[in-house]
Amino acid sequence: MALAEITGDISSIGYGLAAIGPGIGVGIVFAAYIQATARQPESAGLTRPYLFMGFALSEALALFGLVLAFVFSNPAA
Amino acid sequence: MSLQLAPLAADVPWPPSVEEAFFPPGVAGSLWVTKFSIMVWLAVAVIIVFFLVTQRNPKLVPTKAQWLSESIYSFVRNGITKEVIGHEGPRFAPYLTTLFVFISFINLFAIVPGFQISPSSHIAFPTVLALISFLIYWYQGAKKHGFWSYIKTSIVLPAPWWVQPILLPIELAQILLIRPVTLAVRLFANLFAGHLILLVFTLGGFVLMGSGNIGLAAVGVISWGMSIVMTLFEAGVALLQAYVFVLLSASYVQSSLADEH
Repeated sequence: MALAEITGDISSIGYGLAAIGPGIGVGIVFAAYIQATARQPESAGLTRPYLFMGFALSEALALFGLVLAFVFSNPAA
Repeated sequence: MSLQLAPLAADVPWPPSVEEAFFPPGVAGSLWVTKFSIMVWLAVAVIIVFFLVTQRNPKLVPTKAQWLSESIYSFVRNGITKEVIGHEGPRFAPYLTTLFVFISFINLFAIVPGFQISPSSHIAFPTVLALISFLIYWYQGAKKHGFWSYIKTSIVLPAPWWVQPILLPIELAQILLIRPVTLAVRLFANLFAGHLILLVFTLGGFVLMGSGNIGLAAVGVISWGMSIVMTLFEAGVALLQAYVFVLLSASYVQSSLADEH
C-alpha cells in the first residue's frame, strides 16, 4: 500500500498549533466586549481602548508564531 | 476552450518566496536608495506638507482640509491620550499623533497600486518606531520617579514574598524587552502576513488559471475575487494596527507615570 508523501516544512504545522490559543483568546476578548456593550450600551466608548488592547496582546502571540515559522523554516529543504 | 492566460502562469514566481517578494532590488543600482526608503521619504514629505498647508492659515469656520487635519489630531488627543493617560495626556498628543499618521501612511502603501508593499513589512522600520516609544516611556518614568525608583515601582508588585522570585524577572523583562519587542513585531508581522496573503491569492489565481483545467480556472477567478476582498481587509488592518501601536505606546507611558500599583 502506497502511503502519501508530504513535503514541506514542519514549522508551518507549528504555526497552526501556535494560532489555536490566540484564536480562542481573541474570541473571548470580543465576546466580552459584545456582552459588555449589550448590557450597558453607553460603556461602548469607555471599553473600546481595552478591547483593542486585549485583542492586540492576544494576537501578538499568534504573530510571534508566524514570525518564528519563518525563522525556523529551512528554505533549502 | 483554450486558456490564454497559461503563458502568464510561467512568469509568476510560485510559491512566492520571502526573498523575491520582500527584497526588491535598489532603485537605479543603488544599495541604499530602495523602494522602501522612497516610500518613507514620500510619507514624511506628504505628512509635513499636509499639516503645514492645512494649519498655515486656520479659519474659525474650517475648510475641509483643515477639518480633516484637526479631526485627526483631536481623535488622538481626546480619543487616545486623554482616555488612556489621563490629565497629563495632551503633553504626549503631538508625538502620538505623528506616530499615528506616519504608521497609517506607511501601512496604507501595502494596498496602494504601484507600491503594493508597506515599509512596515520590514522589521527595521517598526523596530525604530518601537525604540522611540521605548525611550519615551523610560525617560518619562525616570523623570517622574527617578531612574531606580522607576524600575522599583514598575517591577515590584504587591504579592506574597515567595512569588517575587518569579515575578521580578518577568516584570523586568516586561519593561525592558517584551513591550518594545511586541510593539515592533506586532506591526511587522501584521503587514508581513498581509502582504503574503495578497501574494498567495493573486499569484495563486495565475497558477490556477494556467493549470489548463476549467474547474481550477474557475477557482482561480474566485482566488482573484478573494484578493480584492483581502485588499479591503488590509486597509482595515493598516489603520487598526496604527491605532493599536499608538494606543499601546500611550498605555506604556501611562504605566510609567502611574504612582503605585
